[in-house]
Amino acid sequence: MIGADTLAVGRAAKGIGQQAVLSVQGLSVEFGPSGNSVYAVNDVSFDLAEGESLAIVGESGSGKSVTVQTLMGLIRKPPGRVTAGRALFRGRDLLAMPDRELRQIRGRDIAMIFQDPMSSLNPVLTIGLQLTEALREHQGLNDAEAERQALDMLALVGIANAPQRMRAFPHQFSGGQLQRIGIAMALVCKPSILIADEPTTALDVTIQAQIVELVVRLQKQLGMAIIWISHDLSLVAGFVDRVAVMYAGSIVESAPVGDLFSATKHPYTIGLLNSIPSLTAANTRLVPIKGAPPNVTLAPTFCAFAPRCDHAEARCRQARPPLEAAGADQTVACWRWREVERGPRTGAGAADKPAVTAPKQEALLTVTDLKVHFPIRRGVLRRQVGAVHAVDGVSFEVMRGETLALVGESGCGKSTTGRAVLGLERPSAGSIVFEGRNYAGATGEELKQRRRDMQMVFQNPFGSLNPRMTVGRIIGEGLRAQKIGTRASRDARVSELLALVGLREALRNRYPFELSGGQRQRVGIARALAANPKFIIADEPISALDVSIQAQIVNLLDDLKPRLGLTYLFVGHDLSMIRYLSDRVAVMYLGRIVEIGTTKAVFGAPLHPYTRALLSAIPEPDPKAGGTRRRIVLGGGVPDPSKPPPGCHFHPRCPLATEICTKVDPARRDFGSAGTGQHLVACHHAGEATS
Amino acid sequence: MLSYLLRKLLLSIPVLFGVTVIVFAIAHAMPGDAVLAMITAEAPSSEELIAMRRGELGLDQPVYIQYLHWIGQILHGNLGRSFVNGRSVGDIIVERLPMTLELMGVALLVAFVIGTTLGVISALRQYKLTDYSLTLAGFVGVSIPDFFMGLLLVYVFALELRWLPSSGISTAGENFSLLDNLRHLVLPAAALALFRAAIFMRYARAGMLEVLNQSYMRTAKAKGLKPRTITLRHGLRNALIPLVTVFGLALPTLFGGSVVIETIFQWPGIGLMFIDSVVNRDSPVIMGYVLITAIIVMLANLGTDLAYSVLDPRVSYD
Repeated sequence: MIGADTLAVGRAAKGIGQQAVLSVQGLSVEFGPSGNSVYAVNDVSFDLAEGESLAIVGESGSGKSVTVQTLMGLIRKPPGRVTAGRALFRGRDLLAMPDRELRQIRGRDIAMIFQDPMSSLNPVLTIGLQLTEALREHQGLNDAEAERQALDMLALVGIANAPQRMRAFPHQFSGGQLQRIGIAMALVCKPSILIADEPTTALDVTIQAQIVELVVRLQKQLGMAIIWISHDLSLVAGFVDRVAVMYAGSIVESAPVGDLFSATKHPYTIGLLNSIPSLTAANTRLVPIKGAPPNVTLAPTFCAFAPRCDHAEARCRQARPPLEAAGADQTVACWRWREVERGPRTGAGAADKPAVTAPKQEALLTVTDLKVHFPIRRGVLRRQVGAVHAVDGVSFEVMRGETLALVGESGCGKSTTGRAVLGLERPSAGSIVFEGRNYAGATGEELKQRRRDMQMVFQNPFGSLNPRMTVGRIIGEGLRAQKIGTRASRDARVSELLALVGLREALRNRYPFELSGGQRQRVGIARALAANPKFIIADEPISALDVSIQAQIVNLLDDLKPRLGLTYLFVGHDLSMIRYLSDRVAVMYLGRIVEIGTTKAVFGAPLHPYTRALLSAIPEPDPKAGGTRRRIVLGGGVPDPSKPPPGCHFHPRCPLATEICTKVDPARRDFGSAGTGQHLVACHHAGEATS
Repeated sequence: MLSYLLRKLLLSIPVLFGVTVIVFAIAHAMPGDAVLAMITAEAPSSEELIAMRRGELGLDQPVYIQYLHWIGQILHGNLGRSFVNGRSVGDIIVERLPMTLELMGVALLVAFVIGTTLGVISALRQYKLTDYSLTLAGFVGVSIPDFFMGLLLVYVFALELRWLPSSGISTAGENFSLLDNLRHLVLPAAALALFRAAIFMRYARAGMLEVLNQSYMRTAKAKGLKPRTITLRHGLRNALIPLVTVFGLALPTLFGGSVVIETIFQWPGIGLMFIDSVVNRDSPVIMGYVLITAIIVMLANLGTDLAYSVLDPRVSYD
């Protein structure tokens, strides 16, 4: 919980021009044989002062990870090659020293935490061994002493029962705990630089808040400098000192965090900020950056952003702009930065979000007391001994023409609910009424009939398209399966759909691997729309996409809705995006809906303590917001859904919980008024102030 | 875990029952029978004598009676008696099985150790000369069938170089000694092992390459560990996990291979016994052999499952 003012004070105290612990100068990295190179990092320079925290922000392929991995000697050579540059760590060049020497710095002076804690810990070794090995390697400690220090570090990162947990294996921990262990592992040798490579990207938003808080606290305690790699400007806005924005392997803008947001100079940074929804500037339409991510196989002899830039001119395509000073402590690499200005959601096509036609008050879909339980079988006879209560009594309505969002953390049952509605999971109980007909548990012809009217857009556009089928076949497959139209009419329909989602007709005969992530998701949307459904279930349709592409897809979904008269059930965890695009929101926790109401009511005046915590954990793309917003950091993680806590499922983590919460499952009460519509909350203490 | 084992064992009962039916059907469907097989060897015989001999062996009864009789014996732990020499099939197998297990065990162990080691080295030197040479050798290894490899080895090492004996388990006329036995073991075991070593090498290489790309290997490197520690402690154990399956699958093919190899090298194990019994149409021995190998293969599969849970803490059976 660092406010902007404390950051400012911290920076002032440090003073400018302080000794840099790390100085990267003109670093360039290429992959592949020369002449056929991928230019991953181009002439990157930055300084990191003692105790400073620097964020390097960029989309996938921007070279941010390659940059730091090169410093650590972690890229594979070949195919990787450092073609230029120095990286001075306390005066010694990391890139020039022999591997033996670098090895002694790695893990001792510069340590790293990684994106996915599940895969970055070795699954077959105990965490005790993995925690102590760096200590034994670098400090020559004996087992007992190494174990003692590892235990101290585990306690510091907040792992309870540390002595017992030392003998456990990674799969016995939750994602949040594993990332804590990953942090402990990196910090055991008390490094002077910690490199955090998207350490919260794989985690839920409340866990993300915990991890950020932990790292910021440890940074103060241990006095280390941090390089925080992220794709999320909003996230780092809250706690870093400086931000360097990377695009296509180059730093395009670098500034103290406050200046970056208030005096943004580079068109790309401006584009990024305009393509993410903000809590303070809701309801202005997102302005996506046009085009697709850059092609890094071209030599960096021009501005890589030019093809996507509204301000580009001839010069931008001919020469690469140098990184030049643009104010105190701010640098920018753009020929035209003096002429570029950023207003609130400016840029081409900025407009208010199209006025939402009030959804008709007629339920298209009514789900009542839906339960999806997955049996747990054990023993010689495979008797059922329990069940994972993935969805545990969920009721909601989706009105014709509206967008209802189901939000919650992983494991809360939101995706299972969506899948059950489409008939991809078999409900254990409850009814699902679509246009007046209950089809819960329907199979065969009846279910097929349903699927004409409802379709799904899937999360991962890379995995959900068959790699052996052309785009045209993928889109038309549903029509064939439903035996709709003739061959010719289906062909015509595919063309129509391609145009509808903004894809060129030429892409029809391509295969998914030839498309970018954004294009693939457009194919996924076209496929879902093929049979003219009335209802679309979108299961985290943008979470696998780059920030600048997310806005394109969100705008597409937004445009299609009134045009085709669609109704959306949007499943997601990105709360700021959900606030932007939904009419009503249902917040789920451990298989149940804890709060449901209009987006305005739920986001404006959340009444359930879980909703409040969830909302307060949303990173806000504004460093000043950190000081005014109170962040409620929930302890612990989501409990095991096969053994949900008695009474209110949320009570073990709830700041308001009292006796009654541990015993009685709270009924839903309507807190809505005429102005806000129905606002149901399942909490004994709904609306009470948190102390 | 215990309940998992129990369930597996229970499930293997119907499988074994199915095996007995198939084995019996095949033994019965073979042209000719034990009596005719003997007659070709002995002097020509009258129809009466043939009928009498068949009556003695129970071959004149309906098939299902013969089967029920046989299965009844098995349930009492009795595999029946050889038609040829009247000895208990159980005794013959108990006598010969250790020979086959010695051959197979040594072959499998050697194949696994050599194959895995070379596979890991190959992966660590990917796209270097070592890797290419080993890959080429591996292709040669998998391309040469067991029997041809056996003949090749006999020709080179026994006939031309005269370094090693070409058949039997010990030198005739000498007292049995372990060293002498091992000298006899080298060629047949090598013939069985080379093909399998090549397979282990392919899988070990692929497994190690996959592990090298895992992010926990990067984490280990980021800690500043020595390359050797990273490879052995963090890499090898993970790379070995998929090899357990290959190991389990190699066992049944070894039984097949040992039949051929024991014949070439006159190794008096159950493989040789099986070939003899097929020639003699000695169906109790044939059926006993197949049943025993089926049981061993099933136990090996169970062992594979157990090995998984030991190597990989994420695997737990219930």
